[in-house]
Amino acid sequence: MRLRSGVFASSCLLVEALGVALFLRGFFPVPVRSLPRREARGDPPAEPAPPGPGMVSNWTKIPPPLFKKVVIVLIDALRDDFVFGSKGKQFMPYTTQVVEKGTSYSFIAEAKPPTVTMPRIKALMTGSIPGFIDVIVNLNSPALLDDNLIWQAKTAGKRIIFYGDDTWVKLFPKHFVEYDGTTSFFVSDFTEVDGNVTRHLDRVLKREDWDLLILHYLGLDHIGHMTGPNSPLVGPKLREMDNILKKIHISLLSKEEASLPNLLVVCGDHGMSETGSHGGSSEGEVHTPLLFISSAFEKRSDPGYEHFKIAEKSHGNWIKLYLEGNNSEILLNLGKKVLKQYLEALKTLSSSLSKQVAQYDMYSMMVGTVIIMEVLLLLLLSVPKALSSRAEFEVPLSPPLFSLLFYLMCLMLCAVHVIVCTSAESLCYFCSMSWLTAVGVMMLISALMCGILSAIAKILENSRLPLKYPVVSNSSLSEVDVLILAGTIGHVLSLGASSFIEEEHQTWYFLINTLCLTLCQELCRNNFLLKECDPQHSTTVKQNFDSIGEASECKNIDIPAAGNSKLGKATSSAEFIKGSDKWISLASPWIILICCRLLRSLNQTGVQWAHRPDFGHWLTSSEHKSELSFLAAVSLFMIFFLVRRRCSLVSKIAMALGLLGVYSYRAAIGNVIFPWQRDSKDISKGITEARFVYVFVLGIVFTGTKDLLKSQVISADSSAKTTGLWEVYSGLVLLAALLFRPHNLPVLVFCLLIQTMMTKYIWRPLKFDAAQITIMHYWFGQAFFYFQGNSNGIATVDVSAGFVGLESYVEIPAIFLTAFATYAGPLLWAIHLLCYLSSEVSRNSAAVGHGCFCYALMRSIPVAIYIVLVTGLRYHLFIWSVFSPKLLYEGVHVFITATICLFFTAMDQNHSHKVQD
Amino acid sequence: MKEAEIRRLLAANLLCVFSIILTAVVPAFFWDGFTVLGTHLAWLCICSVCVSALNIILHLVLKTNLSPKRSSFAHKISRFLKCCIYFFMSCILFHAIIVLYGAPLIESVTETFLFAVLLSTFTTLQCLCMLGPNIQAWIRVFSKNGAMSIWESSLQITTMCSILGAWFGAFPIPLDWDRPWQVWPISCSLGATFGYMAGLVIAPLWIYWNRKQLTYKSR
Repeated sequence: MRLRSGVFASSCLLVEALGVALFLRGFFPVPVRSLPRREARGDPPAEPAPPGPGMVSNWTKIPPPLFKKVVIVLIDALRDDFVFGSKGKQFMPYTTQVVEKGTSYSFIAEAKPPTVTMPRIKALMTGSIPGFIDVIVNLNSPALLDDNLIWQAKTAGKRIIFYGDDTWVKLFPKHFVEYDGTTSFFVSDFTEVDGNVTRHLDRVLKREDWDLLILHYLGLDHIGHMTGPNSPLVGPKLREMDNILKKIHISLLSKEEASLPNLLVVCGDHGMSETGSHGGSSEGEVHTPLLFISSAFEKRSDPGYEHFKIAEKSHGNWIKLYLEGNNSEILLNLGKKVLKQYLEALKTLSSSLSKQVAQYDMYSMMVGTVIIMEVLLLLLLSVPKALSSRAEFEVPLSPPLFSLLFYLMCLMLCAVHVIVCTSAESLCYFCSMSWLTAVGVMMLISALMCGILSAIAKILENSRLPLKYPVVSNSSLSEVDVLILAGTIGHVLSLGASSFIEEEHQTWYFLINTLCLTLCQELCRNNFLLKECDPQHSTTVKQNFDSIGEASECKNIDIPAAGNSKLGKATSSAEFIKGSDKWISLASPWIILICCRLLRSLNQTGVQWAHRPDFGHWLTSSEHKSELSFLAAVSLFMIFFLVRRRCSLVSKIAMALGLLGVYSYRAAIGNVIFPWQRDSKDISKGITEARFVYVFVLGIVFTGTKDLLKSQVISADSSAKTTGLWEVYSGLVLLAALLFRPHNLPVLVFCLLIQTMMTKYIWRPLKFDAAQITIMHYWFGQAFFYFQGNSNGIATVDVSAGFVGLESYVEIPAIFLTAFATYAGPLLWAIHLLCYLSSEVSRNSAAVGHGCFCYALMRSIPVAIYIVLVTGLRYHLFIWSVFSPKLLYEGVHVFITATICLFFTAMDQNHSHKVQD
Repeated sequence: MKEAEIRRLLAANLLCVFSIILTAVVPAFFWDGFTVLGTHLAWLCICSVCVSALNIILHLVLKTNLSPKRSSFAHKISRFLKCCIYFFMSCILFHAIIVLYGAPLIESVTETFLFAVLLSTFTTLQCLCMLGPNIQAWIRVFSKNGAMSIWESSLQITTMCSILGAWFGAFPIPLDWDRPWQVWPISCSLGATFGYMAGLVIAPLWIYWNRKQLTYKSR
């Protein structure tokens, strides 16, 4: 069977996506933990998960209550310094007074990342550390089935009332006797969301028919998301919270009886970072206050604490006596022994701790890794064939030798599977899959193995043939090639260090800067040197290539595409662009460098320098609204100007209206203002405006698709295809303009600008081959991922993009929109690559196939290496804070790349049909 | 002839290496508290001045210039002024490139500029000594197979090595080791210096190794 390299690459990527999914499933072992519960779910589900039989027998009698009534006030995103710091003194006088007077215990609680509301509520209620996979399911919280406080309280017959974030209601659907959930996803609402909670308070505090009252206030979190922790809105909100706490505390004190005191618990589920978001592990995000306020704490002090003090003191005395009394060698030996025992105890403790915290499903991980590595090997082995001028190769489906090997391998793997699954004491995901699926995966692994072996055999066979033909390999790599190779390898190696992952944006910025400088050098050489270079040189080069071409035609060898481009480069130098174009072309790398420098200071990301001031924060602060409005308007105009040239009239108009819609959407939700608008209008959700834009996005994409289909039917029309692709691209640009925060619109402008300049002045004149172009696109895509303000931490994902134009949370569109907004940079560059390559088809008919293959390869290399690295570093200190978020990003990127490659292949398909016609 | 010239090149280059080592060691005798890391800016100045002085002296002594034309005094003066302007421009250009690479624009301007001066000393100054303010000659030397003498080959190698050294010197900056040499621009300037020294040592050896293949055609 013959396969084109595009098809081959996308099928490889699909298989790889399967491997990544399997690996992720093994790495984030949530299903393993809750598997026993899931079995228990078969029982009548009216109540939350029934406890194991052991638990019931332990608790024959419910212990007597210590407190009569308990009120838990959870303030979302309450940072420790909001209560204990200067803000607390200023805005929360009552709470500060209670803390200082000593009728309370106050702590700084440390929230384990991911510091996102739902995992944090789970953690608070179950006492377990949240898994990273919880972030993904944060948006649709399923009922909590593990043992938890609420369930225990309910079974003990306590009546629980809840007001606040409806995540609780989803987690505990049948536990509350009375509840009123408020939805938390409209971040621009600061007052109503808390008013909905407080309005019940007076009534409930008078009543006597409850034991546990839970209040979850969201306003502070919303303020943080929109304006950050230092905004002037935070103070009044804290004062409001202080008044509420005062009201509750006074009411609880007034109702107190002598025998049983009441308890007020004040806590935050997570803090907020300096930018106001949360999810990561920075100082401000993990430290939250935890206050226990009750009159009970005045009367007795904690016996455990006293015991600890006594023990500490006696320990000290014992050591002192020992040192004074004895000074011989026995003491020294004993000291060493004690030290050793301490160290050993510590070691065992830490290892048992890390094992407890980090449970991995090694078997699934190994299967996933094997699949990914096999795909990578297969891709690497087929590089020479896939990048040949025909971009096609033979895939042997049933050579007799390999069929035997294939069956043997299948059998062996199945045997291993049976042994592993029957012997493993912990449950594993891969074993819990159905037998048919498991066997299918085994067959896939063996088939890939056979493919690799046959590829290796073919290469050996070829190398054994005597070299009759002239050596085609272009002996000297150009500087760009060297840089591309070194950069790819260097980036992959840098993934082993946690700092380099945290600061990955620096790597990409560094690489694209160097790339621009190298391109500048290449341009200089083309402009200055080759012109004065003697003409006979280029003719000799041409002759050389011609002879090679002839030779290879006779012997049926593939000339590398590089050969063609080199030839083109040599011949083109004579008629290289002249006049003013030459100077623009020479200046273009510098303009691109300046653009990149500006973008770099737009969003500071990463960890070490994230706190540095940047334009993004300056623009989003409320004093600079008019500047932001101006910038947004100019950016939108520039986007229109840059996209307009290659669109048809209809989509041009649609684009203009859509961009106007984007501005009015931002004005409606209060990010920007119209020049004629003096007073601040009320803020709405901007549903109408956003849907207005969606209509145009769909319209433009639809027009583009129509053109593409037309170009497939009418074979002669190749310009229709280019226009169609460009229209799809501009539709996506419009969508990105809608979803990007207004201060990020310049990113989009510079993206378009750089693409235009690169195409016109660098790629076209220098005639790079498809592989080089693809890798440059990939690099720029990665850099733009970080220019947008993304990082390798969960905190920078802009969840609000998922709610643009939606009345309430709808799962599929929200996930799609968030993913699109996050990966807009790489995605737009990839689609631009497709546009560029398909316009280059006349020069190199296999360009799209080559591009697709290279893109798949560029994605597979870092993923495969990173997965191996993560497996090796799975007990590393930073595994949860640095390595696993990056793993999630890489995984999602693989899925997105697989989709892109499928699109590439579909476009390539069209082309090949056309050729056959 | 060739062997002797290579020996002269080696001697000159080793002298340069030695002088750089001296700049790191000698000032400590006169100035309490001088260290390369602690008083880095002072070292940058001393190193730049010493290396440029030595280069100019070596150039005058060894007469590496290929075209020893007799020219008038006024012509020499104008040539010298041109060289100064070129040197200053190259400092500005390096500064701009470093800022484009992500160095802060306003903070620590002095550090960045001194680093740019150091880089110019290692690269541009040598070119100016050897080729004069003649852009065409520069372009010729820095294109493939453009060198016309062993001195020009050496120039190519040392320039490439200094710039590569500075490039590699930027790698440890994102690491969170909190070492004194990770402060801007120490790692980069040290990288450039080590690269330059390595280039100085490598150049004669490489030329000696490839002396059969190297055929310098004269115009």
